[in-house]
Parts: sequence; C-alpha cells; structure tokens
Amino acid sequence: MDRNRLQHQVACMRRSLFDQGYLDEPFIQLEELQDDANPNFVQEIVTLFYTDSARLIQNIEHALNSRPIDFDKLDDYMHQFKGSSSSIGAKKVTNECTVFREYCSAENAEGCIRSFQQVKQEYAILRRKLEVYLQMVRQAAVSRTA
Amino acid sequence: MNSSSGKTYMSTSNSSAGWKAGDAAADQFPVGLRVLVVDDDPTCLMILEKMLRTCLYEVTKCNRAETALSMLRENKSGFDVVISDVHMPDMDGFKLLEHIGLEMDLPVIMMSADDGKHVVMKGVTHGACDYLIKPVRIEALKNIWQHVVRKRKNEWKDFEQSGSVEEGDRQLKQSEEADYSSSANEGNWKSSKRRKDDEDETDERDDTSSLKKPRVVWSVELHQQFVAAVNQLGIDKAVPKKILELMNVPGLTRENVASHLQKYRLYLRRLSGVSQHPSSLNNSFMSPQEATFGPLSSLNGLDLQTLAATGQLPAQSLVTLQAAGLGRPTGKSGIPMPLVDQRNIFSFENPKLRFGDGQQHVNNNKQMNLLHGIPTTMEPKQLAGLHHGAQSMGNMNMQVASHGSQSSQNNPLLMQMAQPQVRGQMLNDTSLGHPPRLLSPMGQPILSNGIAANVSTRNGIQENIRAPSYNPVSQTSSMLNFPMNHAPELPGNSFPLGSTPGISSLTPKVAFQEDVNSDIKGTVGFLPSYDIFNDLNQHKPQNWELQNVGMTFDASQHSNSLQGNLNHAHSVLVQQGFPSGQVNGQNRSATVVSKAMFSSGDSTGHVNAQNGNQQLNSLLVDGTVRVKSETPTNLYPDDFGQEDLMSALLKQQDAIAPAEHEFDFDGYSLDNIPV
Repeated sequence: MDRNRLQHQVACMRRSLFDQGYLDEPFIQLEELQDDANPNFVQEIVTLFYTDSARLIQNIEHALNSRPIDFDKLDDYMHQFKGSSSSIGAKKVTNECTVFREYCSAENAEGCIRSFQQVKQEYAILRRKLEVYLQMVRQAAVSRTA
Repeated sequence: MNSSSGKTYMSTSNSSAGWKAGDAAADQFPVGLRVLVVDDDPTCLMILEKMLRTCLYEVTKCNRAETALSMLRENKSGFDVVISDVHMPDMDGFKLLEHIGLEMDLPVIMMSADDGKHVVMKGVTHGACDYLIKPVRIEALKNIWQHVVRKRKNEWKDFEQSGSVEEGDRQLKQSEEADYSSSANEGNWKSSKRRKDDEDETDERDDTSSLKKPRVVWSVELHQQFVAAVNQLGIDKAVPKKILELMNVPGLTRENVASHLQKYRLYLRRLSGVSQHPSSLNNSFMSPQEATFGPLSSLNGLDLQTLAATGQLPAQSLVTLQAAGLGRPTGKSGIPMPLVDQRNIFSFENPKLRFGDGQQHVNNNKQMNLLHGIPTTMEPKQLAGLHHGAQSMGNMNMQVASHGSQSSQNNPLLMQMAQPQVRGQMLNDTSLGHPPRLLSPMGQPILSNGIAANVSTRNGIQENIRAPSYNPVSQTSSMLNFPMNHAPELPGNSFPLGSTPGISSLTPKVAFQEDVNSDIKGTVGFLPSYDIFNDLNQHKPQNWELQNVGMTFDASQHSNSLQGNLNHAHSVLVQQGFPSGQVNGQNRSATVVSKAMFSSGDSTGHVNAQNGNQQLNSLLVDGTVRVKSETPTNLYPDDFGQEDLMSALLKQQDAIAPAEHEFDFDGYSLDNIPV
C-alpha cells in the first residue's frame, strides 16, 4: 500500500516533470542507464550536475560583473552549462541558456544579465523539484524491498 | 567462420544481437572495443562512460585533451577509437583530432552541443570520422565500432593490394560505400581512378576486426619525404606503391603510405576550401595546360588542378592565365621551381626555405625576400610556372600544417619561410624591419591552419587533389613563393599558407628574368605575401609592402623579362589596387592576385579596384607602392599579353573593373627598393 502509493506518487511526479517541460528525453536515457550495477546512477549524475553548475554559475556571475564584459568568455561558460544541462535533459534550463547565448553573441549586456536571472531561476526550480522527486524515488525503492 | 561473423557485425546495428559468442575474440567484436572518451564536462563524461559501458565497450575517460594525447602516445595501440568533445579549455577538439590523426591514425569521433553546419563541416574537414550532437544518445554510440572496422578495412585492403593495383586508392573503393554511412561523411572524394576494381580481394577481408597493424609515426622527416615523393609523382599520379618506392624507407608499408595519403589528400582538400568542384574539372583543366608547361607540368598540373578544383581559379581563367603566362615564352623554359626547391621547402629542418635554390642559375642571389615570410624565387624566367610558387607554398603549407603536432616547429619554420632566401630586394630596410611582425602573424595563422589542415582524414579522403588553393597563376619563373593566402577563406585563418595562392598569382607574372640578377630590386618580392599576411593578421598595412611591390623592374630586364615583369607588375599592381574587400572572396584567383596586393593596398589606402590606374595612383599617394620603371619602355607596354592575364583574372572579379592595361606606371618610382 505504502509502497504502491509511493510508487504511484513517483510516477505522477515524474510525469508532471516531463509534461511541464522541466525534463526531457535525455533524462529518460539516464534512467535507462541505471541498473543493478549502478543503482543510483541518476542521483550520481544529477549531483555531479549540481556541482558543475554551481561552478559555472559562479563563473558567469563573475564574468557578468566584470567590466568590460568579456562576451567570449561568457559564451564559453554558458556553452558548457548548456551542454551539461542538456545532457541530463534539463529542458527549461537549456532553453534559457540558449536565450542567454543569443544576447551574448549580440553583446547585449542588459539582455545577458536579465536572461541569466532566468537561467538561475529555472535552475533553482529544477533543482528543487529533482531533489523532491529523487527522494521519493529513493523512498519508493526502499519501501519496495521485501 | 570469421567471415560469417564478420558479416554479421557489419550488417547489424544492434550491438548485442548480432554478436556471436565465439572462441575467437573477433567474434565478440565489437565487444571490448577500446574507447577513449575525452570531454571536459564531468557530467557528460560520466554519462558517456556509462553509455559506452552499456554497449560493452572498454572505456577510458579523460577530461583533458593533453592527458588523452599522452595516454595515446604512451600506448599507441591501446585504443581503437577516440571520442572527443569539440569545445575544451586546454585544447581545441579539432586540434586534438589532428594530432591523433597524424600520430596515431585512430578514428576520431567529434561531439558537441553545437550543431551548426560550419562546425560539423570543420569536423569533416579535419578528418573526424563522425560528428555527434549532444546530448548524445546511446543509440549513436552503439555503432561507433563501424568506424574502427572501416578504417581497418581500408588499411588492410591497401596492404593486400600492394603491388597489384597501381592506383593505390582502390581500397577506398570498398570503403567508399561504407564510409558514406557515417553521418558526417560526405561523398565524393573518390577519384575516377578508383573505379576500376576488377580484383575485389576485399570481399574476403571480413575479418578486419582482428587486424592490428603497427602504427607508423609520421615524423616530420618522414612526412617530408612523403610529400616530396607525392610532388614528384604529381598529386594525381601519386599512388601509394610509387610513393613508397620513391620514399624508400625501410619498414614502411604500402598500407602506411596509403592511409597517410588519404589524410594528406583530405588536408589538401581542406586547404582548398573543401571545394565543391568536381574532380573532372581538374582533369579536364589540366590537360591542355600540361603540355605547355613542360617541365613544370607535374607541378603545374598539381597547382592548376588543385586550384581549379578548389574553384579558386575558374577553369577558364586558369586556362587563360596559363596561356597568358605562357604566352610570352621567354626563352627560358626552365621551371622556376624545380622540384628541388620544393624539397627544400619541405625541409623543416631547414629554416631557409630556399625557393631560389632551384634556380641557381637564375639569380639566386636574388632571392628577394619579397615578403617577409614569403620566399620568393626571383626567377628571372618568366614562367608560367605559376604553380610552382603556389605549389611550393602550398606544399609548405601542407608541410607546416601536416605537422600540427609539431606546432612549435611550425612557427619557427614559418618564420623561416618568411625569410626566404630571397635576397632582399624587395625587402627594403623598412620591410626587413618588419619581418618579425610578419612572421608571427603568419606563423600563427599558418600554424593554426596547419593544425587544422592536418590531413587527418579518417574517412577515405577524397581522391581529388583539390589541393590547397594554389594559385595556379602564381608562379612564374620568379615565383615568389609566398605563402599564399587563401584569400577567400580567410581572413586570418584557415589555411595558413593559404596565402600562397594569392601570392603565387602575383608572382608568376613577374618573370624576373634571370638576367636580373642582383639587379633585381626587390621586384619580385611582391608584397602579396605581405598583404596576405596583413590581411590575415589584420596587420597594419605596412608600407613596405607596397614598396616591395614596386617591383623593380630593372632595366636589366629584357623585353622578355619585362613582359614578365610587367605582367607581374600589372598583376601585382592591379591586385594591390583592389581593395581587399572587393576582391576578397570574389574569386579565388582574383583573390590571389588581389589579395596579395590589396592587402597592402588596403593599408596604404584605398586602392581602388576599379581602376588600375587609380590603384597605382593611390599606391603612389600612399607612398607605398611605386613601380619604378627603370627598365626601358617595355615596362609598361600595353601589348604584353598581360591583357590576357589580367582579363582573365579580372573577369572573375565582378567588382573589379576589367583590367585596363592602363596602369599608369609612369611617374612611379621605386623607393627604397633594396637591391
């Protein structure tokens, strides 16, 4: 019961994450890669993503605050960030990164600053949701043991 | 047994379904395929590793290109395939690709979140055997073994056929179809020669997966020998067997040569801008011209073909140019750029590219260092050897390029090149003073290009030698072998010596006659090369360039030479006149010419392409180029065949007014032409 309910909740949440566009196909690939040999693969990857993202976000902040703004460097950082967020299927975050890069290539500082706020916001939302989701997954997995 | 299981591998894309558990290791292929994956993004790296493990490959991951390279170097046969990200902080993925291609000859798959066409194209031209867009799906990774097999098949085939088929690229025939299955591959590098494949021994070669060939390291010396042999044979006729014979290196197999040749061709092709010109263009184009060039034929053929192939020089103009160039046969039949020179050029160890060496008889002493870096052979002979210059330059480029791994060497080499032995005539003191500047920019772009140009073609590179866009026009006897800039392509980038083509065009015309020996004042040193460099490097235009251009048509020149000079001058001037903007990209040949010139023109000032006169005038105004006519009369006669040449060149450039032979040389004076 509990287990079933948990599993049901997990399934619902997962579905909504996809339906609402927070997650995309690559995330499914990650889930499929998870197996007995790597039972926590998804969590590991997501954690790695958080760490790397924190670093990149910091770099971008720094670059945005320096004057004059080095747009090439900014684009570089954002390219990396976009790469890793797309690898885990973070759809909304990736989209915001794309917007940012457009402002960046136009060397539009204002646009960059604004869109970066969006990037950070989407990142924060996704992170929160993923943490909840993955915790539920863990609970369901634990409860499954019988 | 092997063949059947081999076929199974080939036919299925499902990694597990098609494999047969068998005793032979080959049966398990691609299980255990040793993959090296390089990506600075830790998230992606981990995901890829997991995916590859799921495909039952043996994975080694690496987050730095340098580390990957040293791993590969330490254990050359320790990996079967490399997957690398394009965008990495410590080394550009394409650079890594080239290194691997040159040193280890492994198939390399590029990947990037960037799916822009030009980036993907870059992957192709640099020799990547595939290009994956991130995020990478596991399905894309399941099939990477095909690149390993394909490569081995090619090499095996070549090995098998050593000694039989003359056209050594037969192996490509078989792999041709296979090659095209790769997403990044494109069609048409087959040369017509490959068509005949009567003996199809390759069909028996299913078991290529178990083939392990020792990897040959193509050192600088070895590559030089290779290029020399290729040039000697003529790029069209350069088949692995013959190259091998010419090279005469013990222990080198035909298959080694063949695979290296593939890469080299790819490199050439890439230099030519990945032209979309059918190879037939080359063939048809060259034939009529070959005869005329006589001794130059092999070189010319190459140049013209490559130039033509690259579309830089429209066939028509090419023919015209050649005709024009040849039109005034000077009594010298000598080819300004004997093969000897080329060999020299390729000699990395020899910092002095002695372009002029070949023409010892000619005023070698006059090696005018027209361009700081441009070796110019002041060959008094006017020659239609345009190609020479271009070719040598091109070769140089290639030389440089192909040793991307020796980047450090490249720079010095380039530098060397920049100081041709030419005797400075063209180099004024001022210009001499600039060489370092020149060189460095030159070095850089070249270097980068070189690396880029690494002929690491993993997929059967095309057969056509659409070589670097040599400017066919360029080199006439005096051939200033300047590293031609690929004007169209560049600016500032692409083929380092791309500039050569452009320059070559200028040069040819300048037939500095042999008579002019020490008298030749920096004539040949057309700046084109300078220009190119400038152009490339956004250098501030230097006046010296123009000065150089002021070709010193010395009086000593005979009419022949004059003509040559004149042509040259015209071409040079005209070119200079052309604003870079206009000329750029307009036309390859034009670029060559104009590029060379206009770059200086630009700097000096608005050389107006529209009017040769204007150009000259403006040049004068700027005080840069002055064409001094020490030579009597003839210098500026209108009746040179230059018309033909110029027309040919100019026709291609819409923006450029038809060449008027009215270059108003009168009144120009040569300043500071060191002699």
